[in-house]
Amino acid sequence: MPTRSRWAVHVLIVVGALVMLYPLFWMISSSFKPNDEIFADPGLVPQTVVTDNYTDGWNALGVPFTGFFANSFIVATAAVVGNVLSCSMAAYAFARLSFRFKGVWFGVMLGSIMLPIHVLIVPQYTLFKALGWVDTFLPLIVPKFLAVDGFFIFLMVQFIRSLPRELDDAARIDGCGPIQVYWRIILPLSSPALITTAIFTFIWTWDDFFSQLVYLSDVSTYTVPLALRAFLDSSSGSTWGPMLAMAVLSLVPILGFFLIFQRRITEGISTTGLKG
Amino acid sequence: MPWFAGLLLLTGGPILASLFLSFTDFDLLTTPSWVGLDNYARVMDDPHFGNAVRVTMIYVVASVPLSGGFALLVAVLLNRPMRGVGVYRAAYYLPSLLGGSVAVAILWRQIFGPDGLVNDLLSAFGIVGPSWISTPEYAIYTLVALHIWQFGSPMLIFLAGLKQIPAELYDAAAVDGAGKVRAFFQITLPMLSPIIFFNLVLQTVNAFKAFTPAFILSGGTGGPADSTLFYTLYLYQEGFGNFRMGYASALAWILLLMTAAFTALAFRSSRYWVHYAD
Repeated sequence: MPTRSRWAVHVLIVVGALVMLYPLFWMISSSFKPNDEIFADPGLVPQTVVTDNYTDGWNALGVPFTGFFANSFIVATAAVVGNVLSCSMAAYAFARLSFRFKGVWFGVMLGSIMLPIHVLIVPQYTLFKALGWVDTFLPLIVPKFLAVDGFFIFLMVQFIRSLPRELDDAARIDGCGPIQVYWRIILPLSSPALITTAIFTFIWTWDDFFSQLVYLSDVSTYTVPLALRAFLDSSSGSTWGPMLAMAVLSLVPILGFFLIFQRRITEGISTTGLKG
Repeated sequence: MPWFAGLLLLTGGPILASLFLSFTDFDLLTTPSWVGLDNYARVMDDPHFGNAVRVTMIYVVASVPLSGGFALLVAVLLNRPMRGVGVYRAAYYLPSLLGGSVAVAILWRQIFGPDGLVNDLLSAFGIVGPSWISTPEYAIYTLVALHIWQFGSPMLIFLAGLKQIPAELYDAAAVDGAGKVRAFFQITLPMLSPIIFFNLVLQTVNAFKAFTPAFILSGGTGGPADSTLFYTLYLYQEGFGNFRMGYASALAWILLLMTAAFTALAFRSSRYWVHYAD
């Protein structure tokens, strides 16, 4: 009896997993189907495999998707660099240095994690508009260099606190100042937390829609999510094949990250409660 | 130190600025003019506001418990030695990672469209389904379904929590003659209650902030008939569609107060049902 119920649970889990993944598999398969077959066939194996959807979709907006992908890569990569540098620096200060009102600042930083971006977006927009930064990538990149992602600061504070303080002391005796301790001791030792930060910053920036929608309105600055949205608006639902093809392509970088860093991603979520 | 600049310039400053703007009439072009509590008074008479709150509440109340329930159920099933457990965990988690993207929202629009996948499957049973996304009664539930589909990240958090529960507790319960169901209610749930609490707060706050799926599924309108007009979507329309920045700031502050009130309430209630081991 126990073995039979164990088998039942196993089968249930497999079936459940397939149901969960079915929409994704269907999307990939449909992107290789001719348009009429997408609507007629819920199956996962295309009867005729076509790649027209990809070539049509790539040029469907008049401007090829090459530029949109390049824009998304620029924004996401710059955000990664910014977050890794600035959040680790801020975290080092919180974990190791002492300064005035440290406790208050720490509380403010934690509170900012819960803060809805919508509270900040109007004044930030006004500020960036006054600076002439609207329709450039700067509003999406510069804040990352100023350590505004409290979440990652918190993540790294926790990590740095777990590093032995003796290493700092030894370095200090050898004549290192705080910046050198940060650069030579803390940063290299924090690489697991830095990698987690980098992965999630990339994925979230790549997926982000709201702030890109607010700040980028010129087609030449469009990122992939904005291009997909424009595609959807312009086609009124008649060209599902090419649209699904581009949607699939937009997910490829994330899927790639997931395949490479699967362990780290799932561990990052479960140990820190990252939203994801 | 640069992070203080960042915190002040881009978080602290805007919070105060947004509070100030919420008492003004501001269209980005002219200077803000002080209107006192007018924006907040207008909120009370604004049918769209009431509707946006109602739609958001339905979304939160329907999707958070259901996705949490699924997350717990699957976590319990996966928390056992089993061949290929890592693969299953990844499979259940993957929708969470992709679900917030525009790409998946587009997919959802196809799936629940008039000729979409769902109706394709239903027609196999001879049922002619409606266009789910363009029927006001159903549209919001397609978004709820999208949220539930992403139960993977609370599931991972539950799994980590389950691993922390000492096996001796279950052994002792088994010796005392408690069955599996009883052990679940008497051991698993109380031991897991801090994690349940954590997931509840996190998921609820995130659900309040949801934007992309409603925007894409309704083409930015919140339609049909305002049935998917999420609070954040309405805020976006007012601020960046109609350039009523003062009013949008007031809406943002009300959102902030609502999430803060919910969080405070959750913390207060946690005294009665969350058990901390030490």
